[in-house]
Amino acid sequence: MTVGLGHYLTVAAILFVFGVFGIFLNRKNVIIILMSIELMLLAVNINLVAFSTFQGDMAGQVLAMFVLTVAAAEAAIGLAILVVYFRSRGSIAVEDINQMKG
Amino acid sequence: MMEIALTDMVFYLFAAVTVASGVLVISARNPVHSVLWLILAFFSAAGLFVLMGAEFLAMLLVVVYVGAVAVLFLFVVMMLDINFTELRQGMLQHLPLGGLIGLVLLGELVALASAWYFGEDVAKNAASPTPAIESASNTEALGQLLYTDYIFIFQTAGLILLVAMIGAIVLTLRDRPGVRRQSIAAQVNRRPEEAFDLVDVETGKGVSLPGKKG
Repeated sequence: MTVGLGHYLTVAAILFVFGVFGIFLNRKNVIIILMSIELMLLAVNINLVAFSTFQGDMAGQVLAMFVLTVAAAEAAIGLAILVVYFRSRGSIAVEDINQMKG
Repeated sequence: MMEIALTDMVFYLFAAVTVASGVLVISARNPVHSVLWLILAFFSAAGLFVLMGAEFLAMLLVVVYVGAVAVLFLFVVMMLDINFTELRQGMLQHLPLGGLIGLVLLGELVALASAWYFGEDVAKNAASPTPAIESASNTEALGQLLYTDYIFIFQTAGLILLVAMIGAIVLTLRDRPGVRRQSIAAQVNRRPEEAFDLVDVETGKGVSLPGKKG
């Protein structure tokens, strides 16, 4: 059985589900949650590139590039917020963040 | 005898490594190990991209993710003094809910994938058909699209990166009071007149120091 579109979509689906699962598994650790989001975005990128290849449409790869850009920006801002939060509270537990009401 | 092509074997290798390292990212005890597994996941995903013929995106993945984002994660994990064992407490408490949602999501994706097919004229309706590999390489084709049809989106992406850069700097920059810093301007502006005084010292009298200057 030759490798086709379905194989790549399967890999991406499994990776995406593990990303979602990781958010629930590490509810307290923001760093792992950010990494899980990166995993999910990677799965999305695999999907986009797979469709782009098997459909012969370059637009998918262009879109994947923009997803990559936004993911990089998101990681930078997320980690910056994390550093600031750690400085003010000395911990990165997610449960404490709702104390910042108002 | 079943024969498997070499590219298929490479696909299965990269796919297995990607999924396995994805599992280890979310389950590793040490966050530093998580980041290292994340790097491996990105690396093998780049291998998958190469298999699909998206060489430029594969290199971009290695350079941007492995070279920048993953190192940023590693830097933050090592810089912050976090008690990770405390954060792992109650981890299994969310396992049933997370597992349930993961299973439902996977079932939905499988149901979607099994009932889905390409339309007949989908190849004709491609927004920007891939040029033949003889006429343009992947990088060339991507560049020709990016700088013509998608130029405004491309510039918006640049703007997003600029905002992210400035935002990260503004968020993390802080002025700590009471820190002695070197002031280049003050040093350059110092003149001999204000830096020292010439005093005639008479024999046996000593000298009283004037106010500190400069």
